[in-house]
Amino acid sequence: MYEGVVQDLIDELGQLPGIGPKSAQRIAFHLLQADGADVQRLITALAEVKEKVAFCTMCGNIAQATLCRICADPRRDGQAICVVEEPKDVVAIERTGEFRGRYHVLGGAISPMDGIGPEQLRVAELMSRLASGEVVEIILATDPNIEGEATAAYLARQLKPFGLRVTRLASGLPVGGDLEYADEVTLGRAFEGRRLIDA
Amino acid sequence: MYVRHLSLIDFRSYPSAEVPLGPGVTTLVGLNGQGKTNVAEAIGYLATLGSHRVATDAPLVRFGAEQAIVRGAVVREGRESLVEIEINPGRANRARLGRSPVSRPREVLGQVRSVLFAPEDLALVKGDPASRRRLLDDLLVQRQPRWAGVRSDYDRIVKQRSALLKSAAPVLRRGGRGRRVPDGIPEGEARESALHTLHVWDGHLAGLGGQLLYARLRLLRDLRGHLEHAYAELSGGAGEVGAAYRASVGEALAARIAAGEVPEIEELSGGLTAALGAAQAQEIERGQCLVGPHRDDVLLTLGGLPAKGYASHGESWSLALGLKLAAYELLRTDLGTDPVLILDDVFAELDAGRRERLAGLIADGEQVIITAAVPEDVPDSLAGQRFSVTKGAIELVVDDE
Ligand SMILES: Nc1ncnc2c1ncn2[C@@H]1O[C@H](COP(=O)(O)OP(=O)(O)O)[C@@H](O)[C@H]1O
Ligand SMILES: [Mg+2]
Ligand SMILES: [Zn+2]
Repeated sequence: MYEGVVQDLIDELGQLPGIGPKSAQRIAFHLLQADGADVQRLITALAEVKEKVAFCTMCGNIAQATLCRICADPRRDGQAICVVEEPKDVVAIERTGEFRGRYHVLGGAISPMDGIGPEQLRVAELMSRLASGEVVEIILATDPNIEGEATAAYLARQLKPFGLRVTRLASGLPVGGDLEYADEVTLGRAFEGRRLIDA
Repeated sequence: MYVRHLSLIDFRSYPSAEVPLGPGVTTLVGLNGQGKTNVAEAIGYLATLGSHRVATDAPLVRFGAEQAIVRGAVVREGRESLVEIEINPGRANRARLGRSPVSRPREVLGQVRSVLFAPEDLALVKGDPASRRRLLDDLLVQRQPRWAGVRSDYDRIVKQRSALLKSAAPVLRRGGRGRRVPDGIPEGEARESALHTLHVWDGHLAGLGGQLLYARLRLLRDLRGHLEHAYAELSGGAGEVGAAYRASVGEALAARIAAGEVPEIEELSGGLTAALGAAQAQEIERGQCLVGPHRDDVLLTLGGLPAKGYASHGESWSLALGLKLAAYELLRTDLGTDPVLILDDVFAELDAGRRERLAGLIADGEQVIITAAVPEDVPDSLAGQRFSVTKGAIELVVDDE
């Protein structure tokens, strides 16, 4: 145990995902020895992200206004929606440059073990986006693992009455993987070869 | 293939051990508790990433140590490669191939292939269905490593589906405990949503379950001939051995499967879907996943009688050994290279006739590793190099060359 405030910092850092007690300690001591201005920039970045960033009311992506950059962009194709699990998946797909439509971020995948069913995801919000009739294609880009596949299958079934073109990213994606870790080429190819999904 | 050299660090009783193995027969001789099985287990771990004795990794790490390392220099068709696995209980294990780390340990599966027979394998005959399912699934993975992925995905589906059955049971059961849930349009949004979600998991289970079932049936079909041969050899021609797959599908399909037929995947998946439908009320009632390959069994028979409960100790032992020898024969014809055959404490259990016949069956294997308490248990025809194992020290006492 260290002096009060130092231990507080270690404890806070240890709460972050992927940071164990050893890393938390290392980061804390790095910060203690770092230049005052560097630390100040980090503090500002942390404060601003909480103050200025929210979630897009339309798609659930990270936004700096009511709508995210993509939903607010009139050049994006309003006829296609790509459904993903997390905001970081939006970033991954944007990197491929293959997709010009808009997104819908579910906020996770169906996983009964973790108490997550459709009600805990932004499924109802997706359905309400279809009311205007503008959307004609839905691309299901949930992760290529058991939970992602289950979520895609569930959505495909819910979407059936709307008579849309519903596609699923082609595999070629590493099975059991996370979308965000797929490289651009693989992900790009998966987009090219997306297939219609049975419901 | 053969393991030319085995290195252990903090594996079981060994702080460190270097074992120069080599092709042909190697016998490890030592009294009980000296560390013979630990060596056999380590080789098995390289091949399967699991132990034949324990379900978790923790006991494999030397008491008081943080991690264990098992490293093997493996020779296959004249080419040597290095496989290393770092066992970290409670954290992710790591593996290396040659000098480079691989992203997941699973990627080294297939580098070493082995068939291990140990006294615990008596459970194949006398134990519960899980050990028979594991025999088939482990063999599937050894034949084609991709089955490790299918298997773990399937297990995850079963877990998720069971969790859903448990958590959604109150909603699904609406209308009274035990009352059948009608197939028609359900009342109530929560119930509808739960049923839709359940339906999705049904589809997953039937899809992947159908693949797994199909693979097991084909495997068992290929295994049967080898089993008959091995058992006849071991027992000196006594009794007819049978191995019928018991699938948790509808009666008609199950009967065809039990008779040895291997239906197409689509039919098997369809059979699972139908069985899931028929069992739905019961599954909801019990909050358990009752249908699928994770509930199946293989019925072993000798002379038409179930081996479990009817066979003598000696017959059970020969049948269990016969299953493993059949697996060995299957892999060697299949892979075009001999897996490493490991026989742990086998010979002491057999009479002189069976010892000789077993020796005849395995003497030409590319690498055979045998453990025994005393050298006299092992027939002379299996002379090869011999190590003595005493309190964690492994010493060469008889050199082959
Ligand atoms: N994780 C461990 N740490 C230290 N010793 C262990 C561990 N696991 C097993 N052992 C020791 O290894 C010995 C058993 O070795 P084993 O190879 O099974 O013997 P045998 O020669 O009879 O096959 C026992 O003495 C046991 O205490
Ligand atoms: Mg032993
Ligand atoms: Zn948006």
